[in-house]
Amino acid sequence: MSWQPARLVHRRVETPTAQTLVLQVPGWAAHLPGQHVDIRLTASDGYQAARSYSLAAPADGDRVEVTVQRVPDGEVSPFLVEGYREGDPVEVRGPIGGWFIWRPAQTEPVLLVAGGSGVVPLMAMIRARRAAGNRVPFRLIYSVRTPSDVFYAEELRHRVRDDAGLDVAYVYTRETPEGWRGEPHRVGLADVSAHGWPPNLEPVAYICGPTGFVEAVSDLLVGLGHPAGRVRTERFGPTG
Amino acid sequence: MGIVTPGFAGRPRSGAPELPPGQYLTPDFPVLSAGPTPRVPQESWEFVITTETGVEHRWSWAQMMALPQEAPTVDIHCVTRWSKLGTRWQGVSLDTLLDGVDTAAGYVLAHSYGGYTTNLPLDDLRAGQAWLVHSYDGADLPAEHGGPARLLVPHLYFWKSAKWVRGIRLGLEDTPGFWETAGYHDYGDPWREQRYQGD
Repeated sequence: MSWQPARLVHRRVETPTAQTLVLQVPGWAAHLPGQHVDIRLTASDGYQAARSYSLAAPADGDRVEVTVQRVPDGEVSPFLVEGYREGDPVEVRGPIGGWFIWRPAQTEPVLLVAGGSGVVPLMAMIRARRAAGNRVPFRLIYSVRTPSDVFYAEELRHRVRDDAGLDVAYVYTRETPEGWRGEPHRVGLADVSAHGWPPNLEPVAYICGPTGFVEAVSDLLVGLGHPAGRVRTERFGPTG
Repeated sequence: MGIVTPGFAGRPRSGAPELPPGQYLTPDFPVLSAGPTPRVPQESWEFVITTETGVEHRWSWAQMMALPQEAPTVDIHCVTRWSKLGTRWQGVSLDTLLDGVDTAAGYVLAHSYGGYTTNLPLDDLRAGQAWLVHSYDGADLPAEHGGPARLLVPHLYFWKSAKWVRGIRLGLEDTPGFWETAGYHDYGDPWREQRYQGD
């Protein structure tokens, strides 16, 4: 797997601190939802920095999408969000990862649990399900600090309306929307009981977010009787 | 040199310690795991070395703690690109555990509570290069970082330092482990940037 040249063709604002970058990668191999890509930047003196980003959508020909959350004091993400211009080159290698993936041939119900920017690979699964015309039941529990922190907000509204068998439940940890019933809280037993699947349906769960979030949610699921082997996790460290 | 991205400057270069290629320094201790964190009580914990002929060498927690202890301070490098310098551990050298184990094996498959596996050449566990560690920074190793005990093989990418390790199986042939089967490198030398198969 070698580094390939890529070019920014489009960017979309997701939140005040996160953007989706659409990269054109000539000769890109197909990828599975949940896989990631390494992006490498080179400065004019030859200095390089690389980071891994989850792919946010199925490939559209040779176009791939990542969503980058700006990490304060980060080296790469502030540049990608604020300084990287359309038409300019980067290098990428991938796709990478063979565990935290969903294949449309899977038949069991799926529970997705996202903490903040951890929604990115899970959105790739939702989009791949849509693209494949797949009817496997999906439930997404999406934890965000405030309503303005939701990635893909408009698209998720459409998906819930148009994609049969997809449910989305939001959990707000700091601030709820106007008229929301319930207080801000972290994802707890009541949330995964109400919006997840019971163990006897033998679902597979994909949890992605910061370490503390993933630890807490995976412990809840195991405590409810989900076998550990059906709970797949991906943790976001500080990927500045 | 790669393709220059206009406008990218990166961090200041002066004074930074030398890291393996493609790594960046973090003061944090990020966690990478494929699933839920197993909780293994010390009372039922055991560590087993199984030779290629099926001979088993077992240690209970108390037996392991009674072995000579070492306190390595090492740099660690995760394939997800963070490096952490000067981490302080306590545990038992694999040289101590392998002392008296009769084997002609060249390879090891480490296996963990929870089902994780990773493969290494046996030589990489010898000669003061690897430990079975139970303490980090002066305290019991937290479960999310692999406690009660994990392997510490700091000269390879950190996924080789199996968390929640339960034992090692010695073999004449190399058997890919969990991440190795999922596309990661069989050896994983950070200084040669062996992240993925084919690197």
